[in-house]
Amino acid sequence: MKMKASQVVMECLLEQGVDTVFGYPGGTILEIYDEFELHGYNRKIRHILTSHEQGASHAADGYARSTGKVGVCFATSGPGATNLVTGIATAYMDSSPVVFITVNVGESLIGKDSFQEVDITGITMPITKCNYLVRSGKDLPDIMREAFAIARSGRPGPVLIDILKNVTYEMIEYQPLPLSEHHRHGKLSRLIARDSHDLKPVEPDHEDVNVLVDLLNDCKRPLVLVGGGVIRSRGAVPEFRKFIEKLGAPVASTVMGGGACPGDHPLFTGMIGMHGSHASNVASHDCDMLIAIGCRFSDRVTCDVNTFAPNACVVHIDIDRAEIDKNVITSHHIIGDARRVLELLNERIMLQEYDFSPWRKAILSLKEPPLEHSDTKLLPHEILHTVSRLTGGNAIIATDVGQHQMWSCQYFHFNRPGQLLTSGGFGTMGFGYGAAFGAKLGNPDQVVVHCTGDGCFRMNCHEMATVQHYDIPVITIIFDNHTLGMVRQWQTLIYGERYSQTTLDRGPDFVKLAEAYGIKGYRVTNVAEFEAAFKEALESGHAAVIDAMLDMDEMVHPMVSGGSPVTNFLLD
Amino acid sequence: MNITTGATRQTLSVLVDNNAGVLSQVSRLFSRKGYNIESLAVGTTDSPEVSRITIEVIADEFQVKQIMSQLSKLFPVRSVKRLEPAHSIRRELLLIKVKAETRDIRNEVIQIANIFRASIIDVSLGTITLAVIGTESKDEAIEGLLNEFGILELARTGMVALERGQYTLNEQSKVKGEYDYGKRML
Repeated sequence: MKMKASQVVMECLLEQGVDTVFGYPGGTILEIYDEFELHGYNRKIRHILTSHEQGASHAADGYARSTGKVGVCFATSGPGATNLVTGIATAYMDSSPVVFITVNVGESLIGKDSFQEVDITGITMPITKCNYLVRSGKDLPDIMREAFAIARSGRPGPVLIDILKNVTYEMIEYQPLPLSEHHRHGKLSRLIARDSHDLKPVEPDHEDVNVLVDLLNDCKRPLVLVGGGVIRSRGAVPEFRKFIEKLGAPVASTVMGGGACPGDHPLFTGMIGMHGSHASNVASHDCDMLIAIGCRFSDRVTCDVNTFAPNACVVHIDIDRAEIDKNVITSHHIIGDARRVLELLNERIMLQEYDFSPWRKAILSLKEPPLEHSDTKLLPHEILHTVSRLTGGNAIIATDVGQHQMWSCQYFHFNRPGQLLTSGGFGTMGFGYGAAFGAKLGNPDQVVVHCTGDGCFRMNCHEMATVQHYDIPVITIIFDNHTLGMVRQWQTLIYGERYSQTTLDRGPDFVKLAEAYGIKGYRVTNVAEFEAAFKEALESGHAAVIDAMLDMDEMVHPMVSGGSPVTNFLLD
Repeated sequence: MNITTGATRQTLSVLVDNNAGVLSQVSRLFSRKGYNIESLAVGTTDSPEVSRITIEVIADEFQVKQIMSQLSKLFPVRSVKRLEPAHSIRRELLLIKVKAETRDIRNEVIQIANIFRASIIDVSLGTITLAVIGTESKDEAIEGLLNEFGILELARTGMVALERGQYTLNEQSKVKGEYDYGKRML
């Protein structure tokens, strides 16, 4: 049937089961926005208007990470599109499936430095899995279907579709196609069928799996390192847990792997890397075999890559072949979807087939120094333990970046995939608020808590307008130490206590600011006050901002300085 | 861990989708890592949907593996192969415009052209333009000789290369299958 291309965009979103879109309108994307009213698509697709395109990009990302569905974000040309860039890069670094749709100026204006024109496909080339410039309406349905297929499959990631304005009002031929039929039609079917994208082998190489089983027979001190790949792979977490139970080896996690192994699991040694636990970091040094699943050995994990896991035979399991031998040279690798590789492994090993008990005991006996309690002073771990207790450990935690992020990863015990939403790879300050309300919209039955710092919150706090308008009950906890805490920590330890440009001795008063946006604000200075405020916020069923006053010199323990071996703790 | 085994000239043959933007996607990977492309040639293959990019780069073993790995991962890239010098043929086309203002010089240039099996494709009263097909050593030799007369302009296509014998880039291998795993779509 003949239809205006802008309407085809909406129909293609419905084909994908999209019910929520985050975005911000503007001159070029008017045709698409008009569809919400003209043909009543606002009854089928909920559009969330944010305060800034960056907030929309993070919200679509948070929605995707917490639901496993593809997030969708709209923006107009020029500054609208460039405001997405940080959000796209954030999604790319953490392999989050988001489809970004922008509309550029029309064909007659392109390449003429027209008003609000920018080459967004050129700009986003290095930070998207794939991107498209739609110059003709007839390509639109195919490209929409392909974009979603690419975003969600293999190693997921962001895809950008930039449509020329004149294309959006073209009348084009559109044939509705259910999602299950997409791979049989159009360009997608040709892409899937062509040699290099052959669906076979969809299986990981069984022989490679057998080699790992043989290697397990010879090792004495194995360590499992779990990364975000296990979170992204649908159905991988139950298989992963079965695997670690059978193996009985210590399990360390990257930031992105949070939730794959329950935080209170007896085999779990905690986070690895720069702010990793003693147990995880020492285990990575002492192990004779490192089984890394769905991680990419980031510099925040390995610290000094040349001395990382020096005694180990490194086995790397990943879906992306380009990760193999990129940062750490491996002895063996298995390419495949984490779920399927773990299934194959589980078929091949027996429960308690191996006895690693001396090694396990040695590693698990390495404990962190005991945490103190204070009635008068608010301590970061007490905030997180209180949140955990009051939400039954089930809250979705969205964080920004810095000390509060590390504390959240260390002290909140995540027990399911999609429960921790954090910008692990790109380290985007300002990610958390958007991610939090995006997640809440995708998971209305879950409690969503946004942990942030005073520096981070200031970056995107204007999204309070969005949260208030749509009445999205997200509880924001500002770990407010009046400084860029993580940078200050480096300045204290490495830069001779010269606090260059990190002291935030300035406004706003976050409680008043929250109230100005119509959100309840609390200021708390000890754990009892915090608990009372958090309880009240939880029971209110509305958004709240809790300004939690911390000491300026609170530090993240432990800490390894970047570029030194992971066992050289600068702070215990 | 960087294993430096000494940088050498490497020839990569890359089959890509013949779409706008693919070339910049491919070349970007080299500039990002700071590897200077020595030569790059692009053209369609027997299939109009597919282009072949032949890239020459000075890189060591570790670097070239990283480049190949990152290239293979790109969606529009169908296959990547390193061509071993002993098992491949490489050629480039060179156009040289030489100053030749007298009959004697013209004759001498024509003689040199004959020795190198270069063809004379344009003659004017003051210049001769030659086309020569070869590898670096032949190109350098003729360039060196013609320099004496004064080279006015020189253009080269960049090296194109194919593997000798029956091998083709389309062949399936385990490594290729591994890269495709991460790119497969459903």
